[in-house]
Amino acid sequence: MINLETPKKHRALVDQAHQVAMNMLRPISRKYDRAEHSYPKELDMLAAMIDGLSESGAAEGAGATGVRRDEQKDDGGVRNGSNLASVMSIAEMCWGDTGLLLSMPRQGLGNSAIASVANEEQLERFKGTWAAMAITEPGVGSDSANITTTARLDGDHYVINGEKIYVTSGDRADSVVVWATLDKSLGRAAIKSFVVEKGTPGMRVERLEHKLGIRASDTAVIIFEDCRVPAENLLGSPEVDVKQGFAGAMATFDNTRPLVAAMAVGCARASLDLTRDLLAQAGVEVDHDRPAHLQSAAAAKFLQLEADWEGAQLLTMQAAWMADNRKPNSLEASMAKAKAGRVGSDITLSCVELCGTLGYSESELLEKWARDSKILDIFEGTQQIQQLIVARRILGLSSAQLK
Amino acid sequence: MSLTNSLRPGGRNGLARKESRDPIGYAVAALNVVAQSDLIDRLGLRKKTEQAVFTSTRGGFSVVTKAGRTFAKRGAQKPGVRVPSAGASGVFDLTPTEDEQMLVDVVGEFATEVVRPAATEADEACEAPVALLKSSLEIGLPILGVPEKLGGISEERSAVAGALVAEALARGDMGLAVATLAPGAVATAISLWGTDAQQATYLPAFTGDDVPAAALALSEPTALFDVLQPGATAVRRGDRYVLNGVKAGVPRGGDAELFVVGASLEGKPVLFLVEAGTAGVRVEADPSMGVRAATLSKLHLTDVEVPADAVLGETDGSTYVECVRLSRLAWCALAVGTAQAVLDYVTPYVKEREAFGEPIAHRQSVAFMVANIAIELQAMRLVTYKAASRAAQGKDFAREVALARNLCASKGMQIGLDGVQLLGGHGFVKEHPVERWYRDLRALGVMEGGVLV
Repeated sequence: MINLETPKKHRALVDQAHQVAMNMLRPISRKYDRAEHSYPKELDMLAAMIDGLSESGAAEGAGATGVRRDEQKDDGGVRNGSNLASVMSIAEMCWGDTGLLLSMPRQGLGNSAIASVANEEQLERFKGTWAAMAITEPGVGSDSANITTTARLDGDHYVINGEKIYVTSGDRADSVVVWATLDKSLGRAAIKSFVVEKGTPGMRVERLEHKLGIRASDTAVIIFEDCRVPAENLLGSPEVDVKQGFAGAMATFDNTRPLVAAMAVGCARASLDLTRDLLAQAGVEVDHDRPAHLQSAAAAKFLQLEADWEGAQLLTMQAAWMADNRKPNSLEASMAKAKAGRVGSDITLSCVELCGTLGYSESELLEKWARDSKILDIFEGTQQIQQLIVARRILGLSSAQLK
Repeated sequence: MSLTNSLRPGGRNGLARKESRDPIGYAVAALNVVAQSDLIDRLGLRKKTEQAVFTSTRGGFSVVTKAGRTFAKRGAQKPGVRVPSAGASGVFDLTPTEDEQMLVDVVGEFATEVVRPAATEADEACEAPVALLKSSLEIGLPILGVPEKLGGISEERSAVAGALVAEALARGDMGLAVATLAPGAVATAISLWGTDAQQATYLPAFTGDDVPAAALALSEPTALFDVLQPGATAVRRGDRYVLNGVKAGVPRGGDAELFVVGASLEGKPVLFLVEAGTAGVRVEADPSMGVRAATLSKLHLTDVEVPADAVLGETDGSTYVECVRLSRLAWCALAVGTAQAVLDYVTPYVKEREAFGEPIAHRQSVAFMVANIAIELQAMRLVTYKAASRAAQGKDFAREVALARNLCASKGMQIGLDGVQLLGGHGFVKEHPVERWYRDLRALGVMEGGVLV
């Protein structure tokens, strides 16, 4: 039965996340935007609380690890599971603060990667770790099949060499999931991910970036020089299966893209909620029944933003719902990220414009959200990469045909 | 039309009122009048084919409405039969129910096999083929929203089924979808808000073998028309109401036997049931940019007297507003269907069409347009479904339908534009249907009334 409301079983979780966002993240939002690179110690207590909720089951499996496609019994019914719980709670947390959500201990994108591709033994061994994700290199961004970081098998260790940039929480996390190639000549099939624990000799954080937004979240440059990693830290299969190609590593993205879309949805809603209120104070009430053209330009603009937002939110929920119900969702995950990424920017920037100097000033958070949102249309696959994926799927074209 | 009248400055021929004619302008206009005269035809100076322009539908009919049937008064002045809201579901789900899926399959096949092949000709003729209208009755389109107890097929609020059906039909053709859905809009409105007497009087006609054409008339031909404040008026006179005004965008005006008309009564928008045979009712063809197969018309009401019990629903504006929302919802579903037709059509086209030695689909500028059509279309669909499911569950859906309409108007039109653009010159000619979809998709954001779920 078609129903697109917040699932009943997740309502308490969403309310809880909203209260946390409102009462823990918002009060320190500006503080860590200004104090870039200082550790938000308040998050330790929050992370402990989230761990507790996860243990008790009250979190409905939500969080970075909620993306794992485990073999639960299939009763033939429609499931609202941990993927949906994750996108909804992450959106709420990003309504609070996207930078702080990205800094949440043990909730890194590396954790999602581990959850997506680790075997049961690895899952158990890496339980409780805070894992960052290291894919991008100075010369390689969207074309992640071209990475130059190498992993060479030497006895029961892999030796990793290379430079990774834009590693979110790369300094704070306990470990880093690194993408490296076993043999560059074998192309994308040879790319594997490795869990490298902090303190492993040969791995060092070179520097932290100064950024446009999400300044509460550290972004590190990490150098690997003859870094020896236990062979059992290779996630998934060590075989280089040319037929299967890139699919293994890329499967992570089907799971993480809806999460990033949810971040954009949450951040944009913060802007909409505040702008609606500021417009009301300025005497503009948005009327949903009167034709937009008969209302003020500000109200008409707001309606357009809200409509785009609704589309982004439902595309995100769709992608997560499909994952929960074990339907392939690469197409829908990319649709969600493309739409949410671009409307996230449009909404937050338009809200600044609607609110004038009040929106532009640091006395409100609107300008911050307009800075924070931009990264969400870039990381985990840029807008253009999402369009490429959607286009290839819709048109049935290979990456050789549609470059 | 006299010469002086046709040369009156402004207001006609797409001229704004401030336009004025100088002496050369008058000379040119006079020449134009001569050029239009019969004389040159009699002298055989003009190609015969040009006269084809003046076909009955295009030139416009303006008739006293079809006498139509008399709907014999039955039933009592008490609330009518209502179907319950669909049970609230706590589960996020995008799967239609089995019944809905069956309905969509049947209607989808009808859209593919019957509607699409008839679309071009119906668009030209500004008329839906009789056989097509007849077979639309066979699949039960008009009684989708009529309670089972009253001979319909609705056991609970069917806004979702209605939206899915409208989408499936419009994937065939929007104009024919509107033509086939128009009677159902009236039947559904009477089911939702009619008294026992109104239901007993009118619904048997819709559930029987000889279903009348009928139309929900809310729009009016004024710029910046506010549907919530109709210019048409209703004034109480004794035990009757007197209606005056002009409605526009009325589907199948020529053969409609029953109208639901929006008019202001004591400052509030109210719905009235008006039988086509009532004195003072006149219909004028109003062929428009698109949705032409629906025979869009203007409905002129001049001192039309209707009985006091012609009021449909509440007089405080609440019924009217709900009607507007449900109608907008139906238009959104139509936009989703037509936008899907565009995507279905351009996808193989850009893969087959070659330029510079390879399919144009291999170029990102082309492929990304297709990707964006797919993305925005799915967003339109989900937002529309959300509004429909809230309506079916009896929840407030004002916000959701407003957002759906906003999205479907802007993104739907963009999809229409891109559909033509992707075909280039081929998109601009009538050999391909995308130019029709472009015209049809502009109806979104313009039309109020006509259809309803």
